[in-house]
Amino acid sequence: MSAKTLTINGKPVSAREDETILDAARDAGVVMPTLCHLDGLTDIGACRMCLVEVTGINKLLPACTTRVAEGMEVRTDTEQLRKYRRMTVELLFAERNHVCAGCVANNHCELQDVGIAVGMDHVRYDYLFPKHDVDLTHTQFGMDQNRCILCQRCVRVCDEIEGAHTWDVLGRGVKARVITDLNQPWGESLSCTSCGKCVMACPTGAIFKLGSTVEESVKDRSKLAFLKNARDKKQWVM
Amino acid sequence: MTPEELDRTREREQAADANFEHHVHVCVGTACEALGSEAIAKNIESELKAAGRDGKIKVRCVGCPGLCALGPLVEVEAKDKPADEPATLYQYVKPEDAKEIAASIGGAPATRLQADTRQPFFTRQTKIVLENCGRIDPERIEDYIAADGFQALEKALFEMEPQEVIDEISKSGLRGRGGAGFPTGLKWATVAKSNSPAVSRVPDDILARKFVICNGDEGDPGAFMDRSTMEGDPFRIIEGMLLAGYAVGAGKGYVYVRAEYPLAVKRLRSAIRQAQRGGMLGANIMGSGFNFDIDVRLGAGAFVCGEETSLIASIEGGRGTPRPRPPFPAESGLWGCPTLINNVETMANIAPIIRRGAAWFAGIGTEKSKGTKVFALTGQVNNTGLIEVPMGISLREIVFDIGGGLPEGRSFKAVQTGGPSGGCIPAQYLDMKVDYESLAQVGSIMGSGGMIVMDDQTDMVEIARFFMEFCMEESCGKCVPCRVGTAQMHGLLTRISEGKATQAHLDTLTELCDMVRRTSLCGLGQSAPNPVLSTLRYFKSEYESKLVKDGQHER
Amino acid sequence: MTAPAGPPRPAPAPPAGPPRPASASAAAPTATPPAAVDKRTKLVEATMRRHGFRGNALIETLHTAQEAYGFLDDDLLRLVAKTLKLPLSKVYGVATFYNLFTLKPAGKHACVVCLGTACYIKGAGRLMDTLHRELGLSAGATTPNGNLSLLTARCFGSCAMAPAAVIDGEMTGKIAPDAMVTRLRKLAEDAS
Repeated sequence: MSAKTLTINGKPVSAREDETILDAARDAGVVMPTLCHLDGLTDIGACRMCLVEVTGINKLLPACTTRVAEGMEVRTDTEQLRKYRRMTVELLFAERNHVCAGCVANNHCELQDVGIAVGMDHVRYDYLFPKHDVDLTHTQFGMDQNRCILCQRCVRVCDEIEGAHTWDVLGRGVKARVITDLNQPWGESLSCTSCGKCVMACPTGAIFKLGSTVEESVKDRSKLAFLKNARDKKQWVM
Repeated sequence: MTPEELDRTREREQAADANFEHHVHVCVGTACEALGSEAIAKNIESELKAAGRDGKIKVRCVGCPGLCALGPLVEVEAKDKPADEPATLYQYVKPEDAKEIAASIGGAPATRLQADTRQPFFTRQTKIVLENCGRIDPERIEDYIAADGFQALEKALFEMEPQEVIDEISKSGLRGRGGAGFPTGLKWATVAKSNSPAVSRVPDDILARKFVICNGDEGDPGAFMDRSTMEGDPFRIIEGMLLAGYAVGAGKGYVYVRAEYPLAVKRLRSAIRQAQRGGMLGANIMGSGFNFDIDVRLGAGAFVCGEETSLIASIEGGRGTPRPRPPFPAESGLWGCPTLINNVETMANIAPIIRRGAAWFAGIGTEKSKGTKVFALTGQVNNTGLIEVPMGISLREIVFDIGGGLPEGRSFKAVQTGGPSGGCIPAQYLDMKVDYESLAQVGSIMGSGGMIVMDDQTDMVEIARFFMEFCMEESCGKCVPCRVGTAQMHGLLTRISEGKATQAHLDTLTELCDMVRRTSLCGLGQSAPNPVLSTLRYFKSEYESKLVKDGQHER
Repeated sequence: MTAPAGPPRPAPAPPAGPPRPASASAAAPTATPPAAVDKRTKLVEATMRRHGFRGNALIETLHTAQEAYGFLDDDLLRLVAKTLKLPLSKVYGVATFYNLFTLKPAGKHACVVCLGTACYIKGAGRLMDTLHRELGLSAGATTPNGNLSLLTARCFGSCAMAPAAVIDGEMTGKIAPDAMVTRLRKLAEDAS
């Protein structure tokens, strides 16, 4: 496996050829906001938070799915990118009901963190606020569609790491939402193993542990990368 | 079928045709068939039989000859007709007119039903893709063979190396007819060079490790070019795919067709069966050692599946959501294997290019856009229908000469090309040449070929809202800018339409257009703002006239 | 292979099977008399067999199922998932992604109005408004007596006939709203 040399924000960086721009940036200590990315899961490039500019390419590329290349000049923090990131976060906040004060994930929420990171102080768009239910039929966990940002981390963690594929996405466009089995109450799902990985993977307060206080709902997401590493490489690195 | 058998079949069919003194062509495309054209054909046949003339007159059910607005269409052609004379064409034919038409053959035409074939609609077209549409029976492989079908395949398999086929396509200058206009030869060369993965997700019943996909998911509302081609000349698509498969080294092809086109699906399936039986598909094709087979896959109503990575996801049996490119399907496509995707019209151009040579094709069109383009001309125009014109023709010639202008009392406002991904082109550009670059310059795109004429009564904000609603409903929901951005833009356009918006709303809309265009994952989102941007560019006053002047925000 | 019957197909088939409880117990198709179920289930199974019961046959299978039953209910989806060895949520996700699949039974008669651009320019929007005003039907709705469903399509590619609609599988073009209302009212009131 050969190494590639590239620059990120003008700084020379070397990376393995199978690494993505996001990997390389993180290794080099460059911080980039992400939402749909989770270490250990296949990247899908859906949230568009990690879009970067690459010299010579007209399109913006998602850092999480784009492989590094020799001589690549990457910019992660331009005026244009900052503006688009802010707008993306605003669109998410306007899509469903994200009132932090009433959310179990308050202060432990990646959407909230990203909102702060991009400097979002208000939302310019109409709040769409579709009517969504909260599913409390599972004995240990709950699902609040209102907080969901459709990052599909629960879908992927359940399929790729647990292997149950309890979660998937129903419909499409703004009407899309995550479901368990045949769009039935979570508590009635036959495939769910109650492993709790989706709870760990969820970046917001959409999927949560029942009965936990805000303090208890801190999610240990490193467990998922640990499992993935153990399964694929037979390496148990805590 | 060996090359010798192919020659014999062609000679036999052509000789049989020469025995008939007259040929009657009845259009059985979707539009004409809906108006009873099958009954017309049957009636004419039985009239001829009753008169004992069926040995001298051949009745054929054919694909769309183009002028759908006048359908059902029946064409009567005499064997000894001079080549530059048009055949007699009958319009608005009803099953009960069969007797009159049958009786007129060989004598004076039935003037009551006659269409004017000297009008520019018929004389100004150049037919390559549609050369057989309206001439051959799409359900008979022998008809296709008689029209020089499979000659290009024979030439490629026995006289050309795969690389020579690719070179020929490159030299022809053919560009993808699906919308973006990517050079076809370059795409083929990339797929040919790509190595198949050692480990792939290909189902174990499929031996191929490289694929050819023909994209027949013609999703632009107002476009029906590919439907007509698939219905009227399905064997041409099969031959194009075979040539592509040979050139890039693929062993299997899929035609992905919208389920909304049942007739096209039926004809393609029948054509594939006949080609398989004739040894033109399957193992050791024409005795050359080349193996290739084709399957039909049905879409199920999702515009986004016209995007190539979505289409692949759909063929694999999943939700038709796109994934980021790179890697491009040419390197990693269907089941992770190198995959060539061309749309129907591109595939339909392949056989004639190989048969007649790249130089011939490159002699048609403009410097950067070669060959012809098929357009579905609709909206407020007299001659609604399917046209094939050389690249570089002006919009004015299309709308006012071929299209016959707008209906009485209406005046031209704009023509929309490229569907929900395209834009509206105002009157000031009527003399512009139609090619990829010019259309892009004025803020629209070539697109797949829908061309919708709009009159002075058309409300452009309403048109922009209509397309945005389309994109919103067709967004797959995977990426944030497209999923939520289209909904927000639709909300803003509705607000403007209803006269409840201020300048601030218009600014927000403009800013969102830019953001969604730049940050969306796939072509659907990236082009969704186009109808808004182009109407804002040319008809901004229509937006501004609807704004609340110093109004209260209705946030 | 079977070709689909008629343009966008909101099932002219008889209202498929009696309502089935969405039981969690999966597997066995329904409580409908075995004979009626068998034939349709056999069609669905034949499609799956033709594709070697592989997961990638999901969309082809749903097409056959939709055609045979007129809509896709939970038990049918369970059967397909079980036979193709697919996750239930994936089957449901696919069935709800595509416009042509419906999870609710359609009316006895169906009218699909084209809302493509050419039809829109020629008044399809006004046609829908008229149908809503006169018949109280909006897109996707079925009359309370289950007689008539009003559906919409993206484009039939029959733009020359704009505005166009497909009524019980038959294409009609250049529609005058009033004539359409009369025709649909008859279907909605059809007692047979």
